[in-house]
Amino acid sequence: MRYLPNTRQNQRAMLDAIGVHSIDDLLKKIPPKARLSRPLHLPPALAEMDLIRHMRQLAATNADADETVCFLGGGAYDHYVPSPVNHLISRGEFFTAYTPYQPEASQGTLRSIYEYQTMIAELTGMDVANASIYDGASSLAEAALMAHAVTGRGEIVLAAGVNPLYRRVVATYCQGLGLRLRDVPAPEGILDRDAARRMVGGRTAALVVQSPNFYGCLEDVAAAAELTHAAGALMIVASDPANLGVLEAPGRQGADIVVGEGQGLGVPLSYGGPYLGVFAAKQEFVRRLPGRLVGATVDIDGRRGFTLTLQTREQHIRRGRATSNICTNVALCALMATVYLAILGRRGLARAGELSMAKAHYAAERLTRVPGVSLRFPAPFFKEFALRLPKAPERVVARLAREGILAGIPLKPFDRKLGDGLLVAVTEKRTREEIDRLAGALTKAVA
Amino acid sequence: MPFDNAPTYDKLIFELSSPGRSAYSLPEPDVDVDAARSQIPAQYLRQEPPALPEVSELDVVRHYSRLSQLNYGLDTHFYPLGSCTMKYNPKLNEDMARLPGFARLHPLTPELLAQGALRLMHELAGLLAEIAGMDAVSLQPAAGAQGELAGVLMIRAWHQANGEKRTKVLVPDSAHGTNPASTVIAGFEVIEVKSDANGEVDLGDLERHLGPDVAAFMITMPNTLGNFEPRIVEIIEMCHARGVQVYMDGANFNAILGISRPGDLGFDVCHFNLHKTFTTPHGGGGPGAGPVGVKSHLEPFLPVPVVARDDGRYRLDWKRPKSIGKLHGLWGNFGMLVRAYTYIRTMGADGLRSVSENAVLNANYVLKRLEGHYDVAAPGPCMHECVVSARRQKRLGVTAMDVAKRLLDLGFYAPSTYFPLIVEEALMIEPTETESKETLDAFCDAMIRIAQEAESNPAIIHEAPVSTPVRRLDQTKAAREPDLRWQPKP
Repeated sequence: MRYLPNTRQNQRAMLDAIGVHSIDDLLKKIPPKARLSRPLHLPPALAEMDLIRHMRQLAATNADADETVCFLGGGAYDHYVPSPVNHLISRGEFFTAYTPYQPEASQGTLRSIYEYQTMIAELTGMDVANASIYDGASSLAEAALMAHAVTGRGEIVLAAGVNPLYRRVVATYCQGLGLRLRDVPAPEGILDRDAARRMVGGRTAALVVQSPNFYGCLEDVAAAAELTHAAGALMIVASDPANLGVLEAPGRQGADIVVGEGQGLGVPLSYGGPYLGVFAAKQEFVRRLPGRLVGATVDIDGRRGFTLTLQTREQHIRRGRATSNICTNVALCALMATVYLAILGRRGLARAGELSMAKAHYAAERLTRVPGVSLRFPAPFFKEFALRLPKAPERVVARLAREGILAGIPLKPFDRKLGDGLLVAVTEKRTREEIDRLAGALTKAVA
Repeated sequence: MPFDNAPTYDKLIFELSSPGRSAYSLPEPDVDVDAARSQIPAQYLRQEPPALPEVSELDVVRHYSRLSQLNYGLDTHFYPLGSCTMKYNPKLNEDMARLPGFARLHPLTPELLAQGALRLMHELAGLLAEIAGMDAVSLQPAAGAQGELAGVLMIRAWHQANGEKRTKVLVPDSAHGTNPASTVIAGFEVIEVKSDANGEVDLGDLERHLGPDVAAFMITMPNTLGNFEPRIVEIIEMCHARGVQVYMDGANFNAILGISRPGDLGFDVCHFNLHKTFTTPHGGGGPGAGPVGVKSHLEPFLPVPVVARDDGRYRLDWKRPKSIGKLHGLWGNFGMLVRAYTYIRTMGADGLRSVSENAVLNANYVLKRLEGHYDVAAPGPCMHECVVSARRQKRLGVTAMDVAKRLLDLGFYAPSTYFPLIVEEALMIEPTETESKETLDAFCDAMIRIAQEAESNPAIIHEAPVSTPVRRLDQTKAAREPDLRWQPKP
């Protein structure tokens, strides 16, 4: 078998060296009643060519973003990924290593993570960033737990514009510790500031705001931070780092913790994962951060080197008193983001952001000229916006899909009050022509 | 390390930056950028572009290629990191995960246009359920630790649904750190259960702790000393008799494929580390995936959504009122699921059983070759990994860490050191089934050589490593003066 190099002769020689007759003799500690007495019921092994054929058939039934014109967002975006990203992360020395427990033999991973931490800190305007968490949703959950640990308070207040899937994950993570979650309404698509002022108080560990939020709207983070800090609570901001070449860094708007989904930074859509959980905070919270941190230091010859550090926060040292249970994270996705950000660089990220913003605004303008279609919310938006349609969005989406256009995400499953809502995202990859095609198809679909 | 006559590469991408240099290629706008910008309030816009590097594409390619060469990876080195199962990652898996229909599929694509992905998930859940003897599997957890959290939360919800409030979870003192950490997040108090001299659960101590306030017992199988708990069935019966649920940490699943199924043994919940047992790459620390399997009584509590099949159509089932909720922002680490599915379909039942048999054979061979030179933590035969102790060497001034560093010079990554915590100077070695006898012999020769050096020339061990890009690092300085991001020199 091709992944198993031991030949029969090898096996015989090894068994002889061990001093047993058969492999079964090595399993004698397993009591008979603990053994499976039959083969596993699995489909027969497939030869490589047959397996490839089967997998291609499975893949072909999916409407991927290459075959279609994709206006789907809602937390995952069809941004362009430059070729070197996949080539570099595929190098076996990165791809097939593990957590750099032996730093002398892991400087490549460690140095790239240190670069990642630097880039994320710079983008978010924060002092420190960790070496990544599973995804945006679990980053937000970890931030909520951290705010609870820092403040000793038991209530997390979330703006209703926070991605509803993230809110469910936060609720899952918080149920064991009995943290109370409260939602501030967003009747106009953004945080109702008066309601927030009433709800954020002495029991509040943190207020969570996402900007741009799930509906694409930009929130006034600075104003939210002000009312949060007045109550002695922490300001958690969820942000898409792919936008931060153009949009102001949350750190400069008063955030104490910034989390986000980093998928837009070179990570494939991959039906939802693996993605990249961004987590950054102010320096004063560095010993409370979840997950890994890489620090610079020197070796015994005085050379610069990098190592995992402040590990007494982590589960493998602190066990039940760790800041988080995270162990395996998404280091390779962090490397994708690092290479992506190195390629786009200072001006490229701003350019990609500008293109997304401009095309989204063109699309909004173009689509709201379709009879019966209007913007759902009046707030300013960046690369994504909610529309109100005169016909059931599910049916419109199904009809446009037949023309090869993934028109957007119906909002009804996320909020019943938004039954006529369609969320449309436009990245730098969409062309003016594709947007015009969407407008044309939508005109017919709602007529 | 590759042959290289240049001084070891020591640059950060920021140090290659030159104002005005660029690597990006983006089209000119075909719509009006200024018009869009004018619709966004000025205070929301960044005044200065972020200080990212300004480098050429070749700068980027060469820099990260050079960085990669500063790493040991499984593709280049034997990597016997115990409990991590660093086995070969088949290249075919990568090609399959990169098929556009998988890699370029948006998670919120209408379900009818994602049937292939949903079918793959549904089938994989079924394959894993059969392999573990469980009734249902959720693929959602993004890593083993998230699977643990899901499992413990489901146990908590089950007790609550039965009108019971149980507040404690028992964890052996040999457990992975994630077990207690996950348990605490789930709102439980952690109670440590002692291991006996062989590293097996001390049944007397377990019995003492099994009170009416205990919700679960969490145990790694085979255990972290590399042994199959011979009395596991008895342990599970003891727990069940007290209404205690039993959780299996699946980190060591690679030892028992087709040989023993946790569900048959009586376990109520187990997780799988796809990056260990099912050959998805470890990526320098992840991504992994940690699906969780349950017996039928826990099925209603699985995280939402569950992939369901009706009339040949696959869909995400959200209507599960008893669910613990959602754990991952979307549906789990799908890219890893494609790789694991590819692997299982490549191997089939016989192949998977051979995997475990060869993993066990390789570990026992290593144990046999080393037992005269190092103390053995528990008597053999072991399962797919073994724990030896550098206790003997420590008396000569050579610690487990020293042995690890010397191995780096001799061309091997190191075993896990100081784990499990109950073994003094522990070195936990997991060869895996994908290594040949020749590689194991070379590794054992190196280990034996180090044991001999500890007696004859410990200085050479204390000097180690000398062939790596950097030598032993000042960990105290790293922790006392945290330097966590690059800053330009003033």
